[in-house]
Amino acid sequence: MLEIKDLHVKVEDKEILKGLNLRINRGEVHSIMGPNGSGKSTLAQVLAGRETYEITEGEIMFEGKNLIDMSPNERACEGIFMAFQYPVEIPGVSNTYFLREAVNAVRKYRGLEPFKHVEFVKMVKSKIKLLEMDDDLLQRSINEGFSGGEKKRNEIFQMAVLEPKLCILDETDSGLDIDALKVVSKGVNSMRSPERALLVITHYQRLLNYIVTDYVHVLVDGQIVKSGGKELALELEDKGYSSWGQSEEHNVTAANT
Amino acid sequence: MSVKVEDLELTNREYKYGFVTEIEQDIAPKGLSEDTIRLISSKKNEPDWLLEWRLKAYRHWLTMREPKWQNVHYNSIDYQGISYYAAPKQIKKPDSLDEVDPELLATYQKLGIPLEEQKMLAGVAVDAVFDSVSLITTFKEKLAELGIVFCSISEAVQEHPELIKKYLGFVVPFSDNFFATLNSAVFTDGSFVYVPKGVRCPMELSTYFRINAENTGQFERTLIIADDDSYVSYLEGCTAPKRSENQLHAAVVELIAHDNATIKYSTIQNWYPGDKEGKGGIYNFVTKRGRCLGRNSHISWTQVETGSAITWKYPSCILEGDNSVGEFYSVALTNNRQQADTGTKMIHVGKNTSSTIVSKGISAGYGQNTYRGLVQIGKNAEGARNYTQCDSMLIGDKCGAHTFPYIEVNNSSARMEHEATTSKIGEDQIFYCQQRGLSAEDAVSLIVNGFCKAVFRELPFEFAVEAERLLSISLEGSVG
Repeated sequence: MLEIKDLHVKVEDKEILKGLNLRINRGEVHSIMGPNGSGKSTLAQVLAGRETYEITEGEIMFEGKNLIDMSPNERACEGIFMAFQYPVEIPGVSNTYFLREAVNAVRKYRGLEPFKHVEFVKMVKSKIKLLEMDDDLLQRSINEGFSGGEKKRNEIFQMAVLEPKLCILDETDSGLDIDALKVVSKGVNSMRSPERALLVITHYQRLLNYIVTDYVHVLVDGQIVKSGGKELALELEDKGYSSWGQSEEHNVTAANT
Repeated sequence: MSVKVEDLELTNREYKYGFVTEIEQDIAPKGLSEDTIRLISSKKNEPDWLLEWRLKAYRHWLTMREPKWQNVHYNSIDYQGISYYAAPKQIKKPDSLDEVDPELLATYQKLGIPLEEQKMLAGVAVDAVFDSVSLITTFKEKLAELGIVFCSISEAVQEHPELIKKYLGFVVPFSDNFFATLNSAVFTDGSFVYVPKGVRCPMELSTYFRINAENTGQFERTLIIADDDSYVSYLEGCTAPKRSENQLHAAVVELIAHDNATIKYSTIQNWYPGDKEGKGGIYNFVTKRGRCLGRNSHISWTQVETGSAITWKYPSCILEGDNSVGEFYSVALTNNRQQADTGTKMIHVGKNTSSTIVSKGISAGYGQNTYRGLVQIGKNAEGARNYTQCDSMLIGDKCGAHTFPYIEVNNSSARMEHEATTSKIGEDQIFYCQQRGLSAEDAVSLIVNGFCKAVFRELPFEFAVEAERLLSISLEGSVG
């Protein structure tokens, strides 16, 4: 479904991804782990189509189509969803209204009829139950006044409503307590299907206790240095990233956006 | 030998007629003089007292100086270069939609306006099939049954002179300000509404039904009177972009609410804003004021201003009756090179009066948007309350938002609240929407509509839907 070949990405004259290769097939769950500054979020944002990142080399194919040529909303309509690490607030726009506009934009792209308000609300209410969130969330403005945990759950809720083909979770576990983590994971797991692929980007192994992955990749200094099965995550937990030639500077906490 | 009076009269009459006959064939020559005013008045067959009122205004205007304190800039207006009267039959009407500016048509389509309506708006001669006249007739009959008067000001002068005599200039005296004074001298038409005691007007009154396709709005004069215990909601304008032969539009709107009466006045203004360089475009200089005369009276102004090169207006309320309420809800958009200096004045006179001001300014392109508001609490205005919320949104980095709030409190029991915010549409917000499938333009429109919600909520439903669409269209090209 997703094929990334020799991807080089720079931002403000600094090269962040230095020849990344990755292949994700339908039905698979992949996870990318790595220290701060390795390029995890950059990868997520580049896949989503953020223009501040410049692709200098390489290609990204999604379902056989060249992703690099597509605008962010086209990619979304093709079925790519990213759960943001820091979801923004949009005051005055209700969650329901926003989601309906989004769903209908995607349906329009695919030549389908838009959802009528009543049908849409019914569909949405069933998904909200899944994430153990309150109905009143629907009336509230997007992320306005939401706690960190609520924002993350809102991302997964939107994902459930939009039913994408490729779900990219950008450090969804950051800032979550154990209970919130369990609920979010439950939501993510409910999305597993042979037709869908998940790319879970995370800093800590803990999330992977709840979301079982098929493949784990270690991203260090802009390249994937090792891939393996879920045991690799436990190995990382044990040994840390230093075994892959990590210099001291990379251990300093840096903002990843 | 002294000249006989009859001879004199005859001479005068002949002169008048002579002048008029000439005009039947032409549009009135440009320029403003007492003769122009006499011409307008006689064309409308007005009574002498009204002609005198106009002349008094004109003579006063000659002594006035054009104001210079505003935060909008424009080339000087040549008052002698304007034609103040054009006989309807002289205005060239397109024969079909094919003759209408394709850009205008494209906008009508985007606004979802049906073809027949498009013809009407563009001034195309109306088909026999689309019987707009019968629509209006049914409507008028219903109103007549209730005793509601809704007609043009010109008609009202003929049919209800006593009301005109009583209320014209009652809220905006002829000497009020430079543009209102000019309007008082040369106004050509506008709406007149009178709602009798205890009557609730069953439908929204819209200017749309007062077919005045000819030469709309140059110097419009509107007068609305709500007698005791009555209610009326009036809609002015429409979302369809309007062109005009004339650059200066100086209208005057007067509202009078008696005991327990409510007047809701909504405006959607989309006059031609000029091109991207700021050339052309209409100057919309309006004086709008309401007197909450009676106890428990209520006047509410809601405006969506997206058009005009320059918008300069302060719909205001004078809260005289005890417990009276004044409200002002506004969305003003300036894009490309548009400018706006708009706001309101809430003058608290009576006891326990309250006012609410919600102003949303959106600036994009090189637009300059100014909010100017006055809340004045008189010394006898016990228990007065005001809430003001003044928000600005900037799109892009070349536009400007300015705020000039004036608060004058002369009574210590007053409660005043003032909140103001300035925000910029963040790239983060747009990207978030895009990642969910919305285009960048749809994202901006979504965010802006969220911003304006508090105002759109006050509009009658169909207007609100149109307003949202209008805002999206007006913001096209502002992203990036």
